[in-house]
Amino acid sequence: MSAPRFSEARLQEIERLARRYPGRRSLLLPVLHMAQEDFGHVGEDVQRMVAEVVGVPLMWVKEVVTFYTMFRERPCGKRLIEFCTNASCMVNGAYELLDYTCKKLGIRPGETTEDGLFTVKEVECLGACAGAPVVQVDHGSYKEHADRAWVDQLIEETRREAEEEQGR
Amino acid sequence: MIPKDPTQVRQITLARARIPNMRRLDVAREHGAWRVFERVLADHVPPETIVDEVKASGLRGRGGAGFPTGLKWSFVPKDSGKPTYLMCNADEGEPGTFKDRDIMRFDPHLLLEGIAIASWALGVHDAYIYIRGEFVDEARVLQQAIDEAYQAGWLGENIRGSGFDLHITVHRGAGAYICGEETALIESVEGKPGRPRFKPPFPAVEGFYRCPTVVNNVETLATIPVIIERGGAWHAEIGRPNNTGCKIFSVSGCVKRPGNYELPLGVSLRELIEEHAGGVRVGTKPKVVIPGGSSAPWLTEEHYEIPLTFDDLAKAGSMLGSGAVIVLDESVDLVRVAWRLAKFYAHESCGQCTPCREGTGWLARILGRIVEGRGTREDLKVLEDAAAHMAGRTICALADGAAAPVLSLVRLFPELVHQRIVGKAA
Repeated sequence: MSAPRFSEARLQEIERLARRYPGRRSLLLPVLHMAQEDFGHVGEDVQRMVAEVVGVPLMWVKEVVTFYTMFRERPCGKRLIEFCTNASCMVNGAYELLDYTCKKLGIRPGETTEDGLFTVKEVECLGACAGAPVVQVDHGSYKEHADRAWVDQLIEETRREAEEEQGR
Repeated sequence: MIPKDPTQVRQITLARARIPNMRRLDVAREHGAWRVFERVLADHVPPETIVDEVKASGLRGRGGAGFPTGLKWSFVPKDSGKPTYLMCNADEGEPGTFKDRDIMRFDPHLLLEGIAIASWALGVHDAYIYIRGEFVDEARVLQQAIDEAYQAGWLGENIRGSGFDLHITVHRGAGAYICGEETALIESVEGKPGRPRFKPPFPAVEGFYRCPTVVNNVETLATIPVIIERGGAWHAEIGRPNNTGCKIFSVSGCVKRPGNYELPLGVSLRELIEEHAGGVRVGTKPKVVIPGGSSAPWLTEEHYEIPLTFDDLAKAGSMLGSGAVIVLDESVDLVRVAWRLAKFYAHESCGQCTPCREGTGWLARILGRIVEGRGTREDLKVLEDAAAHMAGRTICALADGAAAPVLSLVRLFPELVHQRIVGKAA
């Protein structure tokens, strides 16, 4: 497999952003976010590329990737489902919903289903506690007041999508 | 519209939040956005005047520490010969807190105008909004508002012919609670893991790339426009002495109407919970209230009438913190809540100070085995001992925050822990 490379447009975006900071090292978080968006995860090959683009040692990239929980070094499922289980969500049924989802998928929190479709994670407070329990899917919009019916629908839709993609 | 009479003011930062499409510049302009900044530029209001008004307003930081904003600003040296930076702290991660999110997603131009005025006052030309990585939608709303502001000439070079330059950059975090601590935030924007720095030097003297840096919370900065419009004295009449203005209280947990309620400081805990948040779901009164976010020591029934101010909560041995109010009623297993919070701090400790790195893990493990029914009689003492030896012995306050719920549990409800231990395998 050839080494990953950012698109020209991305590289230009990065250089535009570089002008906003006194030092290039500040680009690390934004560029890692871009890399994860483009490549799905930030494995060592991607980290090497990021180190080169930002102009810092690989070690500095690794240190950041492993410190911040949103960066992942390995691929996750097609749907990443993250359940907040902190205090306000917990007293609003978050663990029951997490258990329900895991049982339905036959996995434990932190695991990915064998078909590669779902990764379920327990996460810390998402900062939307009035909507407890709160769930975030694929680092996208929040689902507030999540319930079993919503979980069922999400699972069903994801499976249907995958089937359609396979059929194509 | 915020009333002219300060005694009538109920809301400041969320006053326009319910107006549809407020995030759009044209709508925001119709409702007064950017007008104060416009006047500041046109009249060339001296920066010292703005700092003085903020000092006179009595505004205290809305992020958690409650430090006087004007005083913080005045610590920036005038002759450092280096650029000064402004960091808007939007890393809203304290469990129970969800107020800055509403300002950013409903009225982003209010925040941007506050940042612009603060930047003018501090001589800042590069400001950053450090937003938690999970707030993807909110970061997008902010970026759209910033793009519109650039296009309309409210940001950029030589704004409105004033000679003043200001760039605002949204910088996303990536899932680390500790980056809400101001020096960890600075480390993070420098592209490093968010490990808090030893202080002094304070960021106002040596912060971002060793240059003077002011870090202010979203709600704090969103309060600046009205202070400059109406004057510091006007703001100082809202709320209570030394605890002026309005505050957003994020109420969650076991209440009938969880949500953000912005009210003048000094409102009683009872009024907030019963009249605004609809009261508790089970029983008539909360069993425990965690004010100020998960790091705040717990309050019980005896504090139900307490006025919500920085000073009153400190006097009661707790803190106003971020204004998060987690309400727990009779149905809640408090030992499990303490365990869950301990687990949070163990996960979020940055690991550089031994008492915190090791202590948070111990608290989580011991509470975990108590919850599972494997606790021992010594555990109660070990918990209290470990928690008491963490607080105040580290670079930042995370360890204090981790100790608070555990100490609250073992000191206020020792019998609950005891029952779990004695009752095991019975």
